[in-house]
Amino acid sequence: MIEIQDLHKHFGGFHAVDGVSLTIEQGSITGLIGPNGAGKTTLFNAIAGLHKPTNGKVLLGGEDITGLAPHQLFHKGVMRTFQIAHEFASMSCRENLMMVPSNQFGETLWNTWFGRKRIADQERALTAKADEVLEFLTISHLSDEKAGQVSGGQKKLLELGRTMMVDAKIVFLDEVGAGVNRTLLNTIADAIKRLNKERGYTFVVIEHDMDFIEKLCDPVICMAEGKVLAQGSLVEIKNNEHVIEAYLGTGLKNKEKNVVQ
Amino acid sequence: MEFLHAIIVLSNFVLIPAIAYGSQLALGALGVTLVYGILRFSNFAHGDTMAFGTMVAILFTWWFQSIGVSIAPLPTALLALPIAIVVTAALLLGTDRVVLRFYRKQKSAPVILLIVSLGIMFVYNGLVRFIIGVGDQRFSDGARFIISARDFKKLTGLDEGLAIKTTQVITVITAVLVVALLFWFLNRTRTGKSMRAFSDNEDLALLSGINPERVVLYTWLIVAALATIAGTLYGLDKSFKPFVYFQLLLPIFAAAIVGGLGNPLGAIAGGFLIAFSEVFITYAWKKVLTYTLPEQFAPSGLMQLLATEYKFAVSFAILLVVLLFKPTGLFKGKSL
Repeated sequence: MIEIQDLHKHFGGFHAVDGVSLTIEQGSITGLIGPNGAGKTTLFNAIAGLHKPTNGKVLLGGEDITGLAPHQLFHKGVMRTFQIAHEFASMSCRENLMMVPSNQFGETLWNTWFGRKRIADQERALTAKADEVLEFLTISHLSDEKAGQVSGGQKKLLELGRTMMVDAKIVFLDEVGAGVNRTLLNTIADAIKRLNKERGYTFVVIEHDMDFIEKLCDPVICMAEGKVLAQGSLVEIKNNEHVIEAYLGTGLKNKEKNVVQ
Repeated sequence: MEFLHAIIVLSNFVLIPAIAYGSQLALGALGVTLVYGILRFSNFAHGDTMAFGTMVAILFTWWFQSIGVSIAPLPTALLALPIAIVVTAALLLGTDRVVLRFYRKQKSAPVILLIVSLGIMFVYNGLVRFIIGVGDQRFSDGARFIISARDFKKLTGLDEGLAIKTTQVITVITAVLVVALLFWFLNRTRTGKSMRAFSDNEDLALLSGINPERVVLYTWLIVAALATIAGTLYGLDKSFKPFVYFQLLLPIFAAAIVGGLGNPLGAIAGGFLIAFSEVFITYAWKKVLTYTLPEQFAPSGLMQLLATEYKFAVSFAILLVVLLFKPTGLFKGKSL
């Protein structure tokens, strides 16, 4: 699905992403873990077009998409969410979702004035779609609230909702679980699972919560200092010595040993 | 009777001119605020964009006058306005293509774009002076007054006259129409909403598939229209002189900042606030006070707080106070 070949992103002398090569399979939910500053978010930004990679290639189904602008990638079905939820604060949750499908009929000046009826039809369809998505995410009671005023966790759901307004191929989720309570986290995990099963979305998830990773992700990739440290199933990763040293710490291993004993 | 006279004098010399001037400033400040909100820099070339738009309107007005086209009693300049908007839009889009796009691609800091806009300002400045010269140009024609001071006196039998100029009425009506249209556009249409989304959160707008170049294009089109209308109305009301338009930059920026940069509603409120302060402080209150105060208190001086030559000091003082105590402006704008 997505193939990353020897990707580099340097900021001055600092090599945030330093030669990452990996493949993400279609229909998988891949977990991306690693200590803070490992370059996970930078890798996302480089793929999603916010930063131009210094070096290397990103292929989407064989097509070179390296360095395309975010709105161009959007048309190819590549979407992402942010670590700290972004929203159009002054618009309602429903309007936030309705912003998403691009190239709407009302987007050209000519149609704004001379295509009123067709715009109205399209808006009605969009409203219905947005309401359906809000229902799916169990936040339909918030549809008319200003998005800037809902809680952090609900903003995260809204971000997920944004990817549902169009048929995304691959969605990059940057710490969907950060700052979200357990109940809401379960809602998010369920939503991700259902999207993956029912609509065939491919997900790449950055997450620090190992329970969350365990519940959703296979395979798991561990990054540290801008490089891929290990790649494999969760069990393999958990037992990989480099990963334990760089990220998980020895506590987890001991805990598991105790369980085995 | 005395009190009525005071009100008429006040309306004639303070309220009506300030409302007209305020509308012009509001339209100018709207342009500045849109560029700041959507393209994220303070556009110092706005005053000279207004001068350019007005110049084109004047040239076409003269041409229309020479071939005998007129829409009397309305000024011919209104007929030239749409053409002037198109020409100004072409200039702005050309500038954006040649100069600003490069810096946008580099993701330059706002302060760099600000300096770039200063450069653009000087170029426009020279362009306008090169084409039409530095002198004063009058181009308003048609009926001069809706009601003149003498007619008013005759009609009402009062001692004081109230003159309402055609240009003042046109200014206010046009401003109301333009503002209503702009707000409808920003709040109700899909294009306007994507512009607001872009202003709200650029990264997210991009990731929602909004094409930034298209947003930029529409922004310049709207800014061209606003600048040309504001400039032409100001020129009709007073007169056209390139240097005066350059100076207008200060009250316009003061208006946009007082209202909160990036906030269209604030720009309008700011425009009127600045206009009223300027006129109130530079007006000689002697006549009004003579009418309202008991005879023994009647002032012998002019009762003028500040000579009109110093009117820009008013905007400047308001600007300083706002920046010191409420940098985001009266309405919530983006902080500077």
